[in-house]
Amino acid sequence: MTTLTEAPPAAPAPQTPAKAPRRRGRLTPYWLLLPGILWLLVFFALPMLYQASTSVQTGSLEAGYKVTWHFATYWDALAEYWPQFLTSILYAGLATLFCLLLGYPLAYLIAFRAGRWRNLVLILVIAPFFTSFLIRTLAWKTILADGGPVVGVLNSLHVLDVTSWLGMTEGDRILATPLAVVCGLTYNFLPFMILPLYTSLERIDPRLHEAAGDLYARPATTFRRITFPLSMPGVVSGTLLTFIPASGDYVNAQLLGSTSEKMVGNVIQSQFLTVLDYPTAAALSFILMAAILLMVTFYIRKSGTEDLV
Amino acid sequence: MQQYEPDLPNSVQLAAMRRAFKNRRPVVGRRSLLRAGGAGALGVGGLGVLSGCGIPPAARSEGGGASEDHSDQEKRVNFSNWTEYMDVDDKDKNRRPTLEAFTRRTGIKVKYAEDVNDNNEFFGKIKPQLAAGQDTGRDLICVTDWLAARLIRFGWAQKLDPANLPNAYANLAPQFRDVEWDPGRAYTYPWAGISVVVAYNIKATGGREVTSLSQLLDDPKLKGKVGILSEMRDSMGMVMLDMGKDPSKFTTDDFDAAAARLQKAVDKRQIRRFTGNDYTADLTKGDLAACLAWAGDVVQLQADNPDVRFHIPDSGYITGTDVLLVPNKARHKENAERLIDHYYQPKVAAELAAWINYVCPVAGVKEELAKISEEAANDPLIVPDKEMAEKSNSFRALTPKEETAYEAKFAQLTGA
Repeated sequence: MTTLTEAPPAAPAPQTPAKAPRRRGRLTPYWLLLPGILWLLVFFALPMLYQASTSVQTGSLEAGYKVTWHFATYWDALAEYWPQFLTSILYAGLATLFCLLLGYPLAYLIAFRAGRWRNLVLILVIAPFFTSFLIRTLAWKTILADGGPVVGVLNSLHVLDVTSWLGMTEGDRILATPLAVVCGLTYNFLPFMILPLYTSLERIDPRLHEAAGDLYARPATTFRRITFPLSMPGVVSGTLLTFIPASGDYVNAQLLGSTSEKMVGNVIQSQFLTVLDYPTAAALSFILMAAILLMVTFYIRKSGTEDLV
Repeated sequence: MQQYEPDLPNSVQLAAMRRAFKNRRPVVGRRSLLRAGGAGALGVGGLGVLSGCGIPPAARSEGGGASEDHSDQEKRVNFSNWTEYMDVDDKDKNRRPTLEAFTRRTGIKVKYAEDVNDNNEFFGKIKPQLAAGQDTGRDLICVTDWLAARLIRFGWAQKLDPANLPNAYANLAPQFRDVEWDPGRAYTYPWAGISVVVAYNIKATGGREVTSLSQLLDDPKLKGKVGILSEMRDSMGMVMLDMGKDPSKFTTDDFDAAAARLQKAVDKRQIRRFTGNDYTADLTKGDLAACLAWAGDVVQLQADNPDVRFHIPDSGYITGTDVLLVPNKARHKENAERLIDHYYQPKVAAELAAWINYVCPVAGVKEELAKISEEAANDPLIVPDKEMAEKSNSFRALTPKEETAYEAKFAQLTGA
């Protein structure tokens, strides 16, 4: 793949005398784009616009909301709820890290070592998706229950003393602590990490490994110099697919956390549904979106594009 | 996400991609497409569209509420209720005896939907139609009193016709007769009363009894194992009662004092979680040693786990009600009224009460209930005796401003 042997795919078509078919041909891509564009317009652009408008409105449910360009809502929301923003980013970051640490070896195993078990293992990775997100999260309440075996074992091994010292757990329990929320997030988003990692690892030509061996590279060197760089697209897309939904998640913090583990998703939910302060909720959503966009752009610039192919 | 490609690109594509990234210019003109799209959207809509949006006032639209009643032509009624809030046949879970009795007696078919899961969510669901003056597709809904008060305030509920409600008028228990947000029960009739009690798992408390809010909030033995309800009125009402304030006529200062008391318990990590219905699982497992609970749940929990106990604080308890009301533009108002009336016959009410275990709002139900279950008839949580009725308190109606402010303060307590 070092030289370009084939002709580029988008070679200009030879001139044809017939006029009508050519014009239709020119429009075809746009017709093909139409469903997608419409879908984006109705389910993405319009709601975004609506929320953007809501975020600069003032009023009440009784009197109705009017657009008053009240941008102070953004500032007030940020000033009041910055701790929850930090919590969100911290937990989502930790969950992404754990997903990567857990997911990489598994993806590696599936891609290179699973042999005929490959499909079965892949199905096992996806299988939890057949049950509802809520049920899977609730299951963690049973797994991490105060009197349960997991907590018992970790307690007697004094692991919880260490995590307590780190501020991740409290006393002799895991539920209703940061660790529980991070565990839930890690579990729920793990497949989003494994699948992209797997696709990019599986794409690596095993002959490259042989070549590395022929050149006297130790396995660790092969991994560091060949495998990992080639899997970077998977790492980047995996971390993005994990981090972005995790930072907006509110179910895990709601079910597995206590009052001090609330993430920004919980604030948005309660502002929208309970407090009925729509502008603040909309503003919070936009701040979260902007923050994620900013971080993701920085991240891609820093680590992504150079190693993409 | 852009890098995620499930299909293996062929060598041509790979080469093209490499070229693209070397030149720092994508082969596919995705960016230019985006730019064009973005510019177009801004050009067409832009900020003009932003200011064009806005949410119309929810204020009462005079005369728009009543609808043409199709009850005579269409022998149907659409009833939206909470889950597990209706008796079902012991053998066939799809049959609901009291509803079937109604259909037999009146010829009116009931389309029963268990689609109320959370007051706030349900409000979000029906709000758009009601605000636009459209039919919600529901003739009768069951919501908690404060949401009913809000719907009445917005002019989104229909006045009931007493002529269709003879049983309801005669048999409504005195405890439920007077509510300030619906004088004379013009718009609503109670479906069931929900009492808030202190519940605990005697195994998890190590044999300790939990008898008061003060103990919930202060007892160091319960630290990190206390649950408080995420329903603002229930929890704040109970704290106020414990502080000697009357939840039916408190001031903002009283509310703030109660909030500060809860905040102290949150800060010293006494409170583990603010819960909805999910406290039931935590309490049976012992992850919550003690919590505020809804009495009807406790009756059911005790049947499964004898370690679960409850106590009614000496300072009193809060009783909320789930009420039935007819939303605006409902097509079958009269049928809905007849359905309400059906459940105010003591015999039918007893059948229902024996199954759902909540406070029955129908006077004279005790004798009928005794025929079904002596135990249920003597349970003060289902049929309150005089002492229980006296301890019952209700949370006063809030003005819209208060509602927003209090909910915001309470949300802050819960961490969100």
